[in-house]
Amino acid sequence: MNTGGGADTATGGRRRPVRWLPLAPATLLLLLFLAGPICYCVYIAFTNMQLTGSSHTDFVGLANFRRALSDERFRNAVWLTLVFTFVSSVVGQNTLGLALAGLMRRASRTVRTLTGALVITAWVLPEIVAAFLLYAFFRREGTLNAVLDLFHLPGQNWLFTLPILAVSFANVWRGTAFSMLIYSAALAEIPEEITEAAEVDGASGWRAVWHITLPMIRRSIGTNLMLNTLQTLSVFGLIWAMTRGGPGDRSQTLPVFMYDQAFTKSLIGYGTAVALLLLLVGSLFSVVYLRLMKVEV
Amino acid sequence: MRPTAPLILAAAATVLVAGSLTACGSGSRSDPDTVRVVYNRSTDNNVRFKDQFLESMKKEFEKAHPGKKIQLVPIQAPDDDYATKAQQMMRSPRTAPDLVYEDTFRINSDIEAGYLRPLDAYLAKWPAWSHFVDTAKAAAKAGDGKTYGVPDGTDTRGLWFNKRLFAKAGLPADWHPRTWADVLDAARTIKKKVPGVIPLNVFTGKAPGEVAVMQGFEMLLYGTGDNPLYDPAAKKWVAGGKGFKDALDFVRTVYGEKLGPDPSDALDANINTTVGTELLPESKLAIDLDGSWLGQFWLAKGTRKWPEWSTTLGQAPMPTQRGQAPGQVSMSGGWTWAIPQKSGNAALAWEFIQQLQQKENAVRWDVADAQIAVRDDVAADPAYLNSMPGIKFFTSLVKNTHYRPALPVYPQVSSAIGEALESVTSGDSTPAGAAKSYDDQLKSITGGAVVDRTG
Repeated sequence: MNTGGGADTATGGRRRPVRWLPLAPATLLLLLFLAGPICYCVYIAFTNMQLTGSSHTDFVGLANFRRALSDERFRNAVWLTLVFTFVSSVVGQNTLGLALAGLMRRASRTVRTLTGALVITAWVLPEIVAAFLLYAFFRREGTLNAVLDLFHLPGQNWLFTLPILAVSFANVWRGTAFSMLIYSAALAEIPEEITEAAEVDGASGWRAVWHITLPMIRRSIGTNLMLNTLQTLSVFGLIWAMTRGGPGDRSQTLPVFMYDQAFTKSLIGYGTAVALLLLLVGSLFSVVYLRLMKVEV
Repeated sequence: MRPTAPLILAAAATVLVAGSLTACGSGSRSDPDTVRVVYNRSTDNNVRFKDQFLESMKKEFEKAHPGKKIQLVPIQAPDDDYATKAQQMMRSPRTAPDLVYEDTFRINSDIEAGYLRPLDAYLAKWPAWSHFVDTAKAAAKAGDGKTYGVPDGTDTRGLWFNKRLFAKAGLPADWHPRTWADVLDAARTIKKKVPGVIPLNVFTGKAPGEVAVMQGFEMLLYGTGDNPLYDPAAKKWVAGGKGFKDALDFVRTVYGEKLGPDPSDALDANINTTVGTELLPESKLAIDLDGSWLGQFWLAKGTRKWPEWSTTLGQAPMPTQRGQAPGQVSMSGGWTWAIPQKSGNAALAWEFIQQLQQKENAVRWDVADAQIAVRDDVAADPAYLNSMPGIKFFTSLVKNTHYRPALPVYPQVSSAIGEALESVTSGDSTPAGAAKSYDDQLKSITGGAVVDRTG
């Protein structure tokens, strides 16, 4: 990646290998533990490797990918993944994080500290602990129904009736802190003079937000959306602990589907192919975000 | 940053995915004096029969073999996850145990994968092997004619019912249903006359795994006709079976008419523990289609002491669909001790199997775990025969019992059945729709080796 600076070329190529030397152990480790498994994964995706039931592994070309694309349950998982990502990450975490960051700038110090502490606690909790908390919140004898009962509203088993929304809410609850932190930092970067100037010019409230604040933090929005989306695409523990992808397939997102194929059905090859397709979905999202940011520059 | 960003992100995502697929435990090659024994520990922390039994076997073994050690490696997980973990361990010589406890329905699949080693050379020199009944010997025999595991018991299945709740509903204490309709009628009567009680439990869905497929679905399916799942003559799996749809329809009736547990409870992975330790002892469940081993929960040393169970609960054979011969149906399975191919310590592991299967130890185990004996000498032992009320009843079911098709793809077929059950129970699909989607999956699992009985 280093295209070479003038000083380097002046002293000749001899120094270059020497300069790489300190990096060699790290590079070697990276190749061994990072690139190795990745290449192995890519290889497995093109085979019919199984965890049990067959001792030999054959190269099957694109068969796993064709199988996925014609598998109704795979398509269902893709659709649920998009719903889950859109609802919990793009709409939920992102908007809520921005709103919280904006509101906290105007709040008193005490409110700010308290809110910050609460939101960040949700983020710091291990995924599995958060999952059990929210499982307890949504289940039939859970907190949500107890609260609804206070207002004489009918309760239900949310994990059974609206599983994908329940897990989406759980992800919002858990992941909003990240967006909030990014946006707090971004908002703090906006110079006071600009805001003041806008007020002097008569722009206030929503107009100021729309024309001044949002354009100025555009890059942060892009970065945040991208990181959020990638993180949300790979959420597994939360969904597994809350619903196991059920009932039926109604909360089976791609990572859960992948686990089910690879480890419950023992089809490692197929599961890995699904993982690569998940990767593709992730890169598509990234490309879209990057394009959006570029157009506005 | 812009041009490289997609690459970096792609790489980051790959690492996440790759990491989740390649995560493996590391372990070092076991030393030649230690036998590493992998077994499944109950997910209920109060159920510790197996742990206690193995612990005492370990002590006995180490005393008899100075300098040798048994290392017990319990895996506390639902059965599906236990199997996955054990398979991952057996893949590599670095992690392979020396002895592994295997469900007979998975053993052929693991033999096919090359995880296990044949025991014939040992068995030939082992006098106790002649006491094992033939069906049990066949359970761990592979297509190559070699035997890969030593079974330690079996089980049968039937209907358990609560006589007190039956009395309240005006049903007889010597209940003996002749058809599926009789079972459903009794459940409907209970629903009407004893409100607040779950009339009938039939295990269902994906999460309970083989519990739902075998105790629930196959107990129905095998009552619909001969070879409803696999045709041994054609050596093909059965697609488009009418019995399959009928069995799903029975499940739909149970959950659609609210005769069963709430679907959200029925689809919980731990439902079988809940049934044994809460619903039955607290008289919240009237009829339970379940296994011979339930008494182990309620014995003096069990999880949930319940001395009155022998008088409160009655047992009846599960009837066939329309009462067709032989009038009753049961499924059997069981577990075996097997030695992994990559074990570095097979001879010593075999010593430990022999120790586990000394007659008095075999009796102790069958009694402790409420197993139905697979050895004639154990079955004739008074300690076994008097160990539990109902043991004679469940032993009598053996003559009409069925074993699952012991083929490598069975675990995958089972998983597809679980999905069909789940979609019917949750109301996501009709029995016909679920059966259709099962047929499609079956064709892809078996590479098209199916006989179509549609029409």
